[in-house]
Parts: sequence; C-alpha cells; structure tokens
Amino acid sequence: MTSAAQSTTTPRSRPAPAHRRVLAHGLYEARITLRNGEQLLVSLILPLLVLIGLHRAHAITEIVPDIDTTAPGVLALAVMASAFTGAGIAAGFERQYGVLAYLATTPLGPTGLILGKSLAVLCVIAVQLVVLGGAALALGWAPEPMGLIWLLGAVVIGAAAFTALGLLVAGTVRAEATLALTNVAWVLMGAAGGAVLPLNHEGAGALLLLLPSAALGEAMREASIHGSLAAVPVLILAAWALAAILAARKWFRWT
Amino acid sequence: MPSSAVCLRLAGVRYAVGTASSAKGFTEILSGVDLTARRSEVTAIIGPNGAGKTTTLSCSQGLLRPSSGTVQLLGQNPWRAGAGLRARVGVMLQDGGLPQSVRPRTLLAHIAKLHRHPWPLEDLITRLDLSDFLSTTIRRLSGGQKQRVALAAALIGDPELVFLDEPSAGLDPQSRQLVFDLIGHLRSCGIGIVLTTHLLEEAQQLADSVYILKDGAVIRHGTVAELTDSTAEQNGRSAPRRLCFASPRILTRDELDAAPLPVELDSDSNRAGARWTVAAISAPADLSSLTAWWEQIGLFPAEISFEARTLEDVFWEVSVP
Repeated sequence: MTSAAQSTTTPRSRPAPAHRRVLAHGLYEARITLRNGEQLLVSLILPLLVLIGLHRAHAITEIVPDIDTTAPGVLALAVMASAFTGAGIAAGFERQYGVLAYLATTPLGPTGLILGKSLAVLCVIAVQLVVLGGAALALGWAPEPMGLIWLLGAVVIGAAAFTALGLLVAGTVRAEATLALTNVAWVLMGAAGGAVLPLNHEGAGALLLLLPSAALGEAMREASIHGSLAAVPVLILAAWALAAILAARKWFRWT
Repeated sequence: MPSSAVCLRLAGVRYAVGTASSAKGFTEILSGVDLTARRSEVTAIIGPNGAGKTTTLSCSQGLLRPSSGTVQLLGQNPWRAGAGLRARVGVMLQDGGLPQSVRPRTLLAHIAKLHRHPWPLEDLITRLDLSDFLSTTIRRLSGGQKQRVALAAALIGDPELVFLDEPSAGLDPQSRQLVFDLIGHLRSCGIGIVLTTHLLEEAQQLADSVYILKDGAVIRHGTVAELTDSTAEQNGRSAPRRLCFASPRILTRDELDAAPLPVELDSDSNRAGARWTVAAISAPADLSSLTAWWEQIGLFPAEISFEARTLEDVFWEVSVP
C-alpha cells in the first residue's frame, strides 16, 4: 500500500487520538457558533437585553423581581439558547446538508461528533457566563459564593438535557421545522416556563415545575440566592437529560 | 499487501425501508447486491436513477445497516467501524456534506486534525486548484467548486479507499480533467476507488471494473472490455459492433417497429438527415436482416459505418426494458 500524498510504502492512514479529535471538533464548532451573527443574537444579545430590561423594570415596579432573582434566570435562558436552540438548529441544517453523515464517516464518528458538539456548547456557555455574569455583577448581582459550584453543576446538567432535546428535534424533523420549533419553545420556556422568573409553587401551576426550563431556573436561583443545592429540580433536570439522551439515541436520524 | 487485494466486498446485501403504502410493509431498495472492489482499481457503479447506487455506497460506508448480507470494508464490518477503520476510508457524498457557513480552508484544516498523518493541505489545494476560493464561505461557491472541496475533504486523511458519489457532477471540462488526473494518481498509488456516475463516458474512461445496477440488483458486471465484448475476437468470436447509418428522412414508428434489431435515433440528427444506431451487430445474419429491412421500407442509407461498442450501448441494452 502506498500513500497517495506521501508516496511511502507503509499504511499511514491513522486517526488522531480520541481526545484530540473531540477537542478539535469542539473548538471548531464553538468558533463557528461564536462567529455566527444569528447565534450570537440568540445566545448573548437577547439574554443581555432581557437582563437589562428586567433590571430597569424592577426599578419601576416591585412586581418584577430584583437582579439576584433574575440574573440566574437569565443565565438559564442563555444555557437554553446555546444548548437547545443553537445546537438544535445547527444540527438540523447540518443534517439537511449531509454534514452529519459526512462527519460520521470521518475518524470523529457519531460518538465523537456528539461529544464534540457537547464540548462546543459548553465553550459557548462559558463565554455566556463570563459576559452575562459580568453584566449582571455590574448591575448589582450578588450571588452566594458557596452556591457557585451548584450553579455550575446545574449549568452542566441543563446543558446535557437541552443539547439532547435540541438534537432530538433536529434528528427527527426537517431543518425548517427545527428552526421554528426550537425558537418558539425557547421563547415560551423563557417567558412562561419558569426559566427567567420563578413559578408559583402552589396549585395546578406547580405542574409547570416539571418542565426542564423551570427545573434549571429553580436550581440556578437556589444556588445563587441561598448557596444550596435544589435537589428536586436537579433530579427533574437529570431525568429530562436521561430521557432526552435515550430518545435521541433511538430516534435520531443522521440523514 | 498485494496491490490487487480486495478492499471492499459486498455479498448478498439487501436493504429495505418500511413503507405503509407497500402491501409487504416495506420496500426493498437493494435486493442482494454482490460487489468486489480492489486496490489500485477504479470500480464504477452505474445505473438509472433509483437503481440503488447511493444506497450501495451508504451500506459500504457504514452509514446504513443492511437488512441482510455482509459488507467487508478493508476486512471489517463498516457498521461497527471504529476510528481506525474510518481513518483509512475517504468519503465524498452525493450532496457534498459540506457545512455552508465555513470556509474551505477552515473545514479542510479541521478534518486534517482528525487524522494522524493527513495529506499535506497545500499539496491537495494545488492538485485540486482550490486556492482561488479557499477563503470564500462554502455557500457562496459554485457547484463545481463545492464538488472539488468535497473531493478534497474525502482525500485529506490520505485514505486507502475512497468512495466518490458522482465526483464530476457539475464540473466544467477543465475541473473534470483535474479530477480524472487525481483519480489516476490515486489508482497508481494503490488506492481503491469506488465511484458512482451518471456519465457513462466517464465510467468507460476511468473504470477498471463496472457494475450496472437496476432495481437494487447488479444486472451486469465486468471490465469495460468484457461488458462491451471487445475481447471477443481474441477468443475466436466476432466482436459485436455498433452500426450507424444515415437516412435522408426520419423513419416512421411503423418502420422502426418492423426493424429486426433495436434502432435508435442519434441526438446529432437534423433536418438535413437522420442518423441511426443499431447498438449490437453480432453476426453476418444481423447484417442480412438489416439490409432486408432497408429494402422492405425502401431505404438506401446515405452512409453506413461500424464502430466499437461503448459502455453506453451496453447500459441501454440491459437497463432499458
């Protein structure tokens, strides 16, 4: 066997080590996302506007909670934007254009592709936490330092749940439908699904606390405000993550 | 490893998809495909639309799992392929599989990072003449430029076997020659090439081995010489010939129906006269029956010529009912 490029007589076609492949793909996708204007709008600009808007609204009326309540909620909204809307829409169009099928034939493979995408989502979320967290701190947010570890834990589990949900949608319906569904769902979950603003814990409305958006918002607010772990919301979020991963494994179609 | 070693073998590969409209509840896309591809050879899969060419490639690449039958890609089952096997195989999909918002250089540099010893990027850029549009986002490229980027993406890992689904679709003649030269280079380096094409002239020019698919099954395979039977004379038989004749008028449907052999109108016919082709004259008796038919319809051809049969003749013969 001769290599076409090198004209040697030994087989040279070998994959890069697995961790390098995943790292390379994660950074590649993160760069693409952060250079995409539409993605930046949904991931950073809109959450930033919500943060500032709620802060201004609180100055006018006490009905709107203060920055200590809204800041972790906006971070939850941002996590949903990257993991669910951003990753879902990107995967939907990649599937439509055959990019997922092509990448599945490279040494990256399906597993590396999913791990790489997850890493990319975490990279984008890291940027969101710095930018939005910095803005919130500038506006007076004072998170409980002991709760930051729980907040980061909730972010990771939330990212897993929403990435799996986004991929589930992207892998089962057309790209245009993914675009519409994930955007509408993001707005609804952000506005009324308990992500940004806390839900009522009593009555029939308490059922909405079972939504992944509410679970993420609750977990992040509990960590930020009280510095403690919100066990039930975290368990709900973990259950969503597990169910979405299993469903995506079963129904996701690469082509 | 000998250069003629088998690099891909399909045995009795079937692939079916569930369909509610079918009485059986499924539709069979491939119905028992047998195919062998070797290193240092170009294996072409040709067939009409919907024959199962792309599905055959997808099963070979591990993108689809056959309903039954076996696929051996470089000695392994591609459906269970690990990174080691995927690194040895290059794939160019029919629709390219290229991310639209990325620049070719960014994409190729990224795919190169997935391999331990990639093809040097600058060399590939030169061979495929990509330099003029490396910094243009892929969605802004022409169809031919996208094809060349997709080919580069298939080769960047310096594979031992490449699958090229319609590699010259949308290419101008100059780009097509570039691609042909590159395929020739790959073959000379011991790489196995499996390609599908609609262009029979391309298959005739490039392929060492040709498989004609129809309705999900291989209906004919062999070398171009074997398929066109141009080796018949070496075996003491008369080689079939294509016979072309010119007539001063267009023949009627009834006249054509009365012909002893299938007669096709050539595309270069015009008002000044018509040119006709009989795809296979295999024996003097065929010629006698043809002249008898001309006499019957009162035709004295203005010109008669014999030509070697082409893959296109064989293709039409076996794939058109």
